[in-house]
Amino acid sequence: MKRLYELPAFVVSRKIKEQEVTAEEYISIIIERIKHIDLRINSFISHNFENAITKSRAIDKKIKEGTNTGLLAGIPVGIKDNISVQGLKNTCASRMLAEYVSPYNATVVSRIEEQDGIVIGKLNMDEFGMGTTSEYSAFGPVRNPWNLEYVAGGSSGGSAAAVASLQIPLSLGSDTGGSIRCPSSFCSVVGIKPTYGSVSRNGLISYSNSLEQIGPIARTIYDLVPLLNSISGFDPKDNTTINRKSEYQTNNVDNILKKRYKIGVLNELIDESESEVAKNTRKKVKELENYGCEIEDARISLSHYALASYYVIATAEASSNLSRYDNLRYGYEGSPEGYEWNSYFAESRSRFGDEVKLRILLGSYVLSAGYFGKYYAKAQKLRSKIRKEFDNLFNKCDILLLPTMPVLPFKIGEKSSQPIEHYNLDVYTILANLAGIPAISIPGGLSEKGFPIGVQLLANGFNEQKLIDVAVLLENVEGFKTWIPKI
Amino acid sequence: MILNDRNKAGPELKIGLEIHCQLTFLHTKLFCGCLSNYRNSAPNDNTCPICLGLPGTLPLLNKRAVEFASMICLAFNCSIPEKISFYRKNYFYPDLPKNYQTTQYNSYELSSIGYEGSIEFVGDSKSKTDDLKNSEERTKIRITRVQLEEDPGKITYEEDKSAANNYSLIDYNRAGVSLVEIVTEPDFSSPIAVRIFLNEIVNLFEYLGVTDPSLEGSVRCDVNVSVGGGKKVEIKNISSFKEVEKSIYYEITRQKTLIMHNIDVKPETRHWDEKRKVTVAARSKEEEEEYRYFPEPDIPRIILGSKFVSRVRTSMPELPIERLKRYIEVYKITEHTAKILVNDKRISDFFEESLVYHKSPIEISNWIVNELLTKINEKDRQGLTDHNTKGLDILTISPKQVAEMAKLVEIKSLNRTTAREIFDKSIETGTSPLKLIETLEIENISDEKSIVKVIQEILSSQPQLIEQSKNNPNTINYILGLIMKETKGRVNPQIALRLIKESLEDI
Repeated sequence: MKRLYELPAFVVSRKIKEQEVTAEEYISIIIERIKHIDLRINSFISHNFENAITKSRAIDKKIKEGTNTGLLAGIPVGIKDNISVQGLKNTCASRMLAEYVSPYNATVVSRIEEQDGIVIGKLNMDEFGMGTTSEYSAFGPVRNPWNLEYVAGGSSGGSAAAVASLQIPLSLGSDTGGSIRCPSSFCSVVGIKPTYGSVSRNGLISYSNSLEQIGPIARTIYDLVPLLNSISGFDPKDNTTINRKSEYQTNNVDNILKKRYKIGVLNELIDESESEVAKNTRKKVKELENYGCEIEDARISLSHYALASYYVIATAEASSNLSRYDNLRYGYEGSPEGYEWNSYFAESRSRFGDEVKLRILLGSYVLSAGYFGKYYAKAQKLRSKIRKEFDNLFNKCDILLLPTMPVLPFKIGEKSSQPIEHYNLDVYTILANLAGIPAISIPGGLSEKGFPIGVQLLANGFNEQKLIDVAVLLENVEGFKTWIPKI
Repeated sequence: MILNDRNKAGPELKIGLEIHCQLTFLHTKLFCGCLSNYRNSAPNDNTCPICLGLPGTLPLLNKRAVEFASMICLAFNCSIPEKISFYRKNYFYPDLPKNYQTTQYNSYELSSIGYEGSIEFVGDSKSKTDDLKNSEERTKIRITRVQLEEDPGKITYEEDKSAANNYSLIDYNRAGVSLVEIVTEPDFSSPIAVRIFLNEIVNLFEYLGVTDPSLEGSVRCDVNVSVGGGKKVEIKNISSFKEVEKSIYYEITRQKTLIMHNIDVKPETRHWDEKRKVTVAARSKEEEEEYRYFPEPDIPRIILGSKFVSRVRTSMPELPIERLKRYIEVYKITEHTAKILVNDKRISDFFEESLVYHKSPIEISNWIVNELLTKINEKDRQGLTDHNTKGLDILTISPKQVAEMAKLVEIKSLNRTTAREIFDKSIETGTSPLKLIETLEIENISDEKSIVKVIQEILSSQPQLIEQSKNNPNTINYILGLIMKETKGRVNPQIALRLIKESLEDI
């Protein structure tokens, strides 16, 4: 018989509601599992175990009393350490915020708690979300559960690795240029970046505001949907959210097939990826063809300019967003006493990691007077062109299919000294962020050496349901169960 | 027009202003729910995660602030675009919680709430020291733009000289308060024109009901000065409008002296040192202009739409210029009197409220302008012109009292001398004039029998007057004088004269 921590969240939650197990028992098992496993993975930065147990008792009490409980009753959710949880440290994996405790809850956290989900701890990441491997963390790199010598992907590496290694069933990540999808792909879990404006960013520590969204990570689409439903929708605390609350469904295969989705395959991008990645992606196309889906060749002509556009916009916004960190009001142990302001600013800001410093410098440069038109304005122009190109593509098909990452997971340290090569890894994921459209990464099998490969699906804005539908199709060919790392 | 004055600098003197006006009548700050009124809070009490710029917080635009700013734009005859946006102005300073200021910026697109306006004003006839050749001539000042932005926090220094400081204290209570910046073209040609303009627009802000100028720091002003077509020097840190004028005079003298010695005037920012009354170089302009402006990603572009402007216009309170017109055309008040009323919103409002009790605009306006304001002048005239003391509040008199005075004079034929006595007493005690007249029993003697009785008493005690009156017509006036003395001026002279004549004829 399977142990509780191996089961999908929706199954356990049903058991809790039916009083087959208590929320407290489940949380205790999860806590033991984390204590046992995470020494090797390094996916957590901080824990919230005591509060979690208290919360689980309250949920058990509710259930005993016959009070209705929410979509996530008794389910532990890990939160990426750039999303604010009241009373918990919120470090962004940076020495700069080593002692910063958030005095408020992010909207997504409040919504999880409204649905009786339980915040279990804060998850490791690249500092301020800047990275594709989760190596750039002040708390050490996240290790890939499939091979501890390998990167977990980033920046939400902790969020994906903790779920993949059966520590927790659900987590939240944030995705600025692929930060949910990349680690989901490298760790073989499901991760979605929702449409820009569909999930509140209130409480998410900004890296690049116009690109990023919070999104859920799970081991199966059936677990992902309740968390997505819990967190999405208009929020008066975020002026960029859109008043459009839709409940997403996990439909059955027959009903999905009746919708006759047209799948556009970005063959060019598949060809450009590593051969095993290409091979597995084609296998997924074949599976959809076997379902009877209409398959078409599709092409994004601007994909090669996208990377430059992305890094200009992201670093420009980051350079401004990160300027507030000066340790005058909050941050780390240390006092401005005895300093002149400018020297204190310089002193405190030297605590940023190198990658963060690099991006702040880049962003400051592209925004400086005289360069705005050459870089930032041009990047925005390209961005709207990419949006138009996607609009046209989605007139012809419902879904675009491509690899999540052009490569397989690689060894920790292997690419960390090569920034350009590093940035190039994001080329398939940034498209959705630039266009503001939803994108999902789903497990697409393993390479010969046993490394996960993710498949990415894109849909037009607010068409998350299509992504979920196709994810259901692919999961039902060859369930996720096959791909659990041995740890 | 060129306003001449003692420090006449010639036509090449150019002055432009940047005026910052806090929208103090908004309930909350520009981007969060903290109070706009930060002045009563203990340091750093009036703050929240948003205005402290804590990680993860997002600005939530106060829509009323956009409406208030639009009213200012319309009052300055600015155009309001259909779309506006916010920009980030990035610079490190401890009073900025995010190390950037959310503001508007027109270099890359039309972002600001208002642009290309103008406002005309008339030389103030009350300013007797101005040496204005023609006080009726109108001065037109072009407005470059009006923008909405957030106020930073406030730094308190241990010492005045920043170098000598061991510590400085930061209070973020003010951080995030809505601020409207109004930038003028360099259309002022004298410091006096600047002063008149500033008083004029402060009055305008009061009419609009957007700000209370009596609050310290609610309206602030930076100045740009260039002499003889030379480089522009910006003066910052000016604490009050009086200091604005002084700083301009100083700066003109400084620049002229440099030019006289063939030294180039550097384009720079200078601070006004209020104690020493000099401007001091702050930092040179060239190294300053790197603010890395870019559009604020957390506030989507605001589509005001085509109906927005007309909606704001209809919701706007009456402007001084409109009120002036109404007083002259509808109430038939003289332009001189109307202007005095309109020049201070509180006086004008006082007038309007008086009318509610007694609809006699001319009589009431005379009471206010000739009697009430004289009294205020005696007590503290300065308070009204500078908008920083209480003005009307220093007198305990209500609009109703003034209305009653007008009523007494008009309906009860009260003569001026008595009326003034009552008015003084009313101001002194706060008692209603109608009550006073009853309690003091100084109501006019208007019943003719009583007057005739007084006349007869006089004639019987001085019978020679009957004879004199036959030869000397002035005798009647002498008798009237005696009656007035006897009744302490409480009779209506017209009635008394008629009755004297009748009495003399009857004899």
